[in-house]
Amino acid sequence: MVPLSWYLILSAALFAIGAAGVFVKNNIISTLLCLELMLNAANLAFVAFSVFQGTVEGQLFVVLVMAVAAAEAGVGLAIVIALFRNRETLDVDESSLLKL
Amino acid sequence: MLTLMILAPLFGALLLTVAGRRLGERLTGGLACLAVAVATGLAFAAFFLKLLPAAPDAEGVRRVTERLGTWFSVGSLTADFGLALDPLSGVMVLFITGVGLLIHIFATGYMHGDEGYVRFFAALNLFVAAMLTLVLADNMLLMFVGWEGVGVCSYLLIGHYFTRDEAADAARKAFIYNRIGDAGLVLAILLLVTKAGSVNFVDIARWAAQQPVETLGWAAVGAGGLTTIGLLVLLGVTGKSAQIPLFVWLPDAMAGPTPVSALIHAATMVTAGVYLLARLNGVFLHAPTALVVVAVIGGATALLSATIALGQDDIKKVLAYSTVSQLGLMVMACGAGAFTAGIFHVTTHAFFKALLFLGAGSVIHALHEEQNLRRMGGLGRFMPLTRWTMTAGWLALAGFPLLSGFFSKDEMLLETFTSAVLPGGLAKTLWVVGLLTSLLTAVYMTRLMVLTFHGEPREAVTHSQPHESPLVMTLPLVVLAVLSVVGGVLGLPEAFGAHPWMRGFLSPLVLTPAEFAHEAASHTTELALMGISAAIALTGIAGGWWFFQRHPLWEAPRIWQAKYWVDELYDMAVARPLEALARRSLWQGLDVSVVDGLVGGIGRSLSGLGAGLREMQSGYARGYVVMIFLAALLILGYFVFSPG
Repeated sequence: MVPLSWYLILSAALFAIGAAGVFVKNNIISTLLCLELMLNAANLAFVAFSVFQGTVEGQLFVVLVMAVAAAEAGVGLAIVIALFRNRETLDVDESSLLKL
Repeated sequence: MLTLMILAPLFGALLLTVAGRRLGERLTGGLACLAVAVATGLAFAAFFLKLLPAAPDAEGVRRVTERLGTWFSVGSLTADFGLALDPLSGVMVLFITGVGLLIHIFATGYMHGDEGYVRFFAALNLFVAAMLTLVLADNMLLMFVGWEGVGVCSYLLIGHYFTRDEAADAARKAFIYNRIGDAGLVLAILLLVTKAGSVNFVDIARWAAQQPVETLGWAAVGAGGLTTIGLLVLLGVTGKSAQIPLFVWLPDAMAGPTPVSALIHAATMVTAGVYLLARLNGVFLHAPTALVVVAVIGGATALLSATIALGQDDIKKVLAYSTVSQLGLMVMACGAGAFTAGIFHVTTHAFFKALLFLGAGSVIHALHEEQNLRRMGGLGRFMPLTRWTMTAGWLALAGFPLLSGFFSKDEMLLETFTSAVLPGGLAKTLWVVGLLTSLLTAVYMTRLMVLTFHGEPREAVTHSQPHESPLVMTLPLVVLAVLSVVGGVLGLPEAFGAHPWMRGFLSPLVLTPAEFAHEAASHTTELALMGISAAIALTGIAGGWWFFQRHPLWEAPRIWQAKYWVDELYDMAVARPLEALARRSLWQGLDVSVVDGLVGGIGRSLSGLGAGLREMQSGYARGYVVMIFLAALLILGYFVFSPG
């Protein structure tokens, strides 16, 4: 049987890749994709713990996270469309009006 | 009755302050005079109907007291709103209200047309109320209220023409010099509270009488006993009664209107110091060192300011230095233990010095604010009434035999000569100082009279048409002239076979040193000394008359004209170092660099911090993500690594 640590290493690796993507990607859609990757890295850790501890709470959480992720994707893509209509670009660095 | 006496002028002051502007000049002056007249009536009624018939108490003192209630009570110390009319305050009250009323009447004419008319009379009424509080108070603290009250009124009235720099400066100067003296008086009161356990004058006298007479010497000064108290009181006296070293404010105070100079800076307020010395005679008689210092300071002041008076050309300045000099004689007499003689001279001096100031006011009024003696002359034929009344004042002050000033000055000199409390050599020296002062007094007063009323008219007279002052101004002059002439009956000397009323009346409240030491001067000595001082006075008058008729524009030595450069000395020794300290160390050093630096530094560091934090707000979504991520890591790290 594959030990728990392997799952966790994979999960951490996925999370790190996702985080790095969020940090470095310019395209907002890529950013959203990387965000999904991070969520799913967490999901992987949840199910792994769930199997190894013989409990179901982890799996329940995964379902919950998926629902949230779906909603987030919906809202996120809606924002992306609204942004694109306003600015005609998907580059996140072009939208920096929050600074003083 | 005593309370009403104070309340009447106080109410007058309040009424004028509140409603004065609507009353008009006539009503204002009338109300102010009425308020003082009520106080005068009450004073005379209280004196003759209550005090004189009163039975002496256990200590042989007649007293009428009124207690309005307790002011405050802390531990064993109680201060009352208590008033007491005893022989000493009785004498003071009579001439304060009487002379005060005359000066009020004079002022209604003198201040005619002044834009500060209402303000002037409100302050003048307030002054009378404060002065009555000062002398009627039965304890040190309430007396101090009056003491400060007259100081405030003095400040207000010196600065009456506050748009003139000179007047505003003089007002401040008077106030500040008085504060220095008051510091001593406050310390004396505190020391009395700890030593005697009471601020009541009766208790203080009782306590002082039980103390042993302290030894003469410098050791007693810092011992914290009667001598220390006496010297601290003396500091207060030098401030209020314009003695060395704090005398310089009084001549400058002449910047106020002339009635103010007459009332406050000649007749009443400045004598408060002598009153206080007499009031605390029990303390002083048990502190010979304090008496020596008092006498020496008084004598030095008397002689010094008499010489300065000879060098002044401003008619009011001459009278001001004369006042300082006469106050010096009174203080000297008190130092010799002759408190009754001091109070006697206070009374007669109030008559003739008020008269002289009012006469000077009449002259100044006639010459349209001209005060320089060198520009006057020959005024006698234009202003006969002013001239003859002032002549009475002049002769009284110069000590012309049988006038009031002769008797009071003579008693002071006699008591100084035969002082039982001063070391013999010092007493004789001070007597000579007193004689010299008398001689100078006769000379400078003769100079003042000759330059004003006699000889050829000079420019100020020829350029204006001087005329006699109106009746409201001359009437007080006449009354005061009569008092100046006959005032001596209050204390005819024993050598004349008379019983000196003043001395008997004040005893045993105020002891003479002879009573204190149980010995009496021989009448032969008394007559001899009287002859000497009469001769001195006549010499001064005749010499002055002869000399100044011929040399009216004689120049006094530079040092007298420049008042011994005392003001300049104080300026250099005290004012400038203080200003330098304030400017360089406290302002530029402490305030600008430390305080401002601290406050400004806090502000600058906060705005720097803000500028730094502002950089975090980049507006780039990724920047926020990184921050959120790092913060999440930090929180996670805390939970992972925190113990427990």
